[in-house]
Amino acid sequence: MMAATGQVLIKGGRVIDPGSGLDEVADVLLAGGSVKAVGKNITAPDRAEVLKARGLIVTPGFVDLHCHLREPGFEDKETIASGTRAAAAGGFTTVCAMPNTDPPMDNASTIDYVMRKAAAEGAIRVLPIGCVTKASAGKELAEMAEMAEAGAIGFSDDGHPVADGALMRQALTYASAFGLPIIEHCEVPELAAGGQINEGWIATRLGVKGVPSAAEEQMVARDIALAELTGGWVHIAHASTAGTADMVRRAKERGVKVTAEVTPHHLTLTEDAVLGNLNGGTQFDPLTPDAYNTFAKVNPPLRSQADVEAMIAALAEGVIDAIATDHAPHNRQDKLSTLDDAAFGISNLETALAAVLSLVHTDAVSLTRLIESLTLGPARLLGDRAPAGLGTLAKGAPADIALIDPDAEWVVEPAHFVSKGKNTPLAGVILKGQVVKTIFGGSVVFDAKQGKT
Amino acid sequence: MTTVRRVGIPALSNGGGSMTSGRKNVLDLDDFSREEIEGVLQNTAAMREVLSRSIRKVPALRGHTIITLFHEPSTRTRVSFEQAGKVLSADVINVTSAGSSSKKGESLYNTALTLQAMNADIIVMRHPHAGAPHFLARHLDSCVINAGDGAHAHPSQALLDMYTIKEKLGGIEGKRVAIVGDILYSRVGRSNLWGLLKMGAQVTLCAPPTLVPPDFLRPLPEEHPFASVRVTHRVEEALEGADVVMALRLQLERQASGHLPSLREYSRMYCITTRRMELAAPHAIVMHPGPMNEGIEIDPEVAHGVRSVIDQQVTNGVAVRMALLFGVVTPDRSPLGRSEAGHNAAGRSATQ
Repeated sequence: MMAATGQVLIKGGRVIDPGSGLDEVADVLLAGGSVKAVGKNITAPDRAEVLKARGLIVTPGFVDLHCHLREPGFEDKETIASGTRAAAAGGFTTVCAMPNTDPPMDNASTIDYVMRKAAAEGAIRVLPIGCVTKASAGKELAEMAEMAEAGAIGFSDDGHPVADGALMRQALTYASAFGLPIIEHCEVPELAAGGQINEGWIATRLGVKGVPSAAEEQMVARDIALAELTGGWVHIAHASTAGTADMVRRAKERGVKVTAEVTPHHLTLTEDAVLGNLNGGTQFDPLTPDAYNTFAKVNPPLRSQADVEAMIAALAEGVIDAIATDHAPHNRQDKLSTLDDAAFGISNLETALAAVLSLVHTDAVSLTRLIESLTLGPARLLGDRAPAGLGTLAKGAPADIALIDPDAEWVVEPAHFVSKGKNTPLAGVILKGQVVKTIFGGSVVFDAKQGKT
Repeated sequence: MTTVRRVGIPALSNGGGSMTSGRKNVLDLDDFSREEIEGVLQNTAAMREVLSRSIRKVPALRGHTIITLFHEPSTRTRVSFEQAGKVLSADVINVTSAGSSSKKGESLYNTALTLQAMNADIIVMRHPHAGAPHFLARHLDSCVINAGDGAHAHPSQALLDMYTIKEKLGGIEGKRVAIVGDILYSRVGRSNLWGLLKMGAQVTLCAPPTLVPPDFLRPLPEEHPFASVRVTHRVEEALEGADVVMALRLQLERQASGHLPSLREYSRMYCITTRRMELAAPHAIVMHPGPMNEGIEIDPEVAHGVRSVIDQQVTNGVAVRMALLFGVVTPDRSPLGRSEAGHNAAGRSATQ
């Protein structure tokens, strides 16, 4: 590992920097923890480390707006140490940590604890998200001003919505003082009650309760109306339905302060994954013992093909601002049960890039737009809470880099995940596109050649 | 009157079917072919014959262990499987568990490992969660028979219903079957749908729209396995010309959960009454998987009337379960023939 103040020259890669519109073979020089220069034929300074990147794509390190590091409280599922290393293995150099920990991050001291812990044990940058309400109970506002001072980049009761519309109105109004978003998990509790997977034929035939798209859309509609009313900023977490994409599009056109993210799984998988037939077959084939695949149980649920297509279109045209992983690691036991008992969530950090690259391989989204939605797109939403230039390769930006081999094929083997959470519906699937190296602050924090340990 | 005491099972059929081609689990009827269902129904006839003897015991499953694992209260299904196993000379161990959630007590996975260690040949499982039998089947070497999982499936009930229809009406193909009641939550209804459609019946579902799966309220695509199913919300329309009227149990909590304004209104609109039965075919039979809410989904006069075959359903249940237990444990045993002997056995039972 190189010293953070050392100089690194990345030579001969295809440099894609959506921030400057750059997409060409070039060299990138890092020094003192920042990007020093990007250009053709940069000569390596004395004592500089040279990384050959011929055939690789060089991008700013990825920024994840939504991930669950589980610490404090659920260290059996993930820790800040393991989660940030998993992030690095996925090309991420900045992750925003959701506050549904135990104790929850609903006050300045837990925010502070997580930031200190991350500084001491984390492999990359961790930016904390605070609760909207105390203990995410949806009753009283949490102390947002103090959390903002302590470094929170936004507020969310993720896992639950702020069900009370009047309280949500106050949250949006209050948070507008610091220019921070309320990150809403949009799900009307009564409509989603008991739901395990998407409502529709698959839920019907499996005999499990479904969650209708309307459970998400009703709250998206409410929150857009409240953002319009208050002038506050609502960020729609893990958008999953065609109707949501539509409402966000129209709200943005009206100038409402609304932004949105989408997960890799809502861009690439349908509810069919619950049938356990990723290798083929239709919704009408007989069930096998592989059905009721708990690894495909996630909230919001995997939706229909039409929804997936709508999410891809919304991402391509910029209605959706960012790809966020909603990395939700769980221990083995949490998923080793019936669909009704299993925990929601997918361990996502290490498969995110390769999964969404499939959209580029099929020409559904341009490579530039895809990289933008992993870098500049999310970084923009962090504003001045993030270091200047985050998510770009501008001079002076953090020396955070991902080196990608877009064509390398690999088989997803959860046992080899760095994350403690081995819960993925992609086990055994061949993905195309691999993170080769991740550099954070000028240091290599992940190198595929050295293996994941 | 024969006085010969037979000790084997007469003329088990493979019906051209795959109860003899390695079926390990019975999880639902969606993966049964028509031939396989016919094979089971033929074997059921043979089992009926065994049950009609003065000494009801055959050694077919001697030395085999069956564990019934019931995570939900049940009397008739559990006893039916237990009796089926005992008639076939299997050792039957009953495990019941009130608390079913893995969140408290032993997880389903640990239960599965324990059962595996006991070398059970067959596990008969009932569980409040859909897919619990699939979970066992995925993790265990034992054969798994689903005795009802959540709102998903209850294949042995559907098979005994079909056997009863065949016995009473001579066949299933082309028969008009009206299934009336809580389609949304009924595992009996679901498994019957798969089975009856494979056997060529014309099925009509009847319930208020709140008790029908939402996707059934819209036109289904042509390739949909249930595309031919008719859905109506008027019981008179469903019963018109029906050969079989199957009433489903209405869970009484449907009123509190907002599916129904009142049980009284449900009963007025959907109860199977003598008057309404006049709309059905003259030979029509009435079925109910039990336990009944008499006076809500079915009028006592109908439930205990001449058209009711509800008691026969229970009797046939034991025979069907014998056929299933036998089928999964001895997939490789050569049957005595699919031949005339098999048909004779079925024919004999049918006329007894």
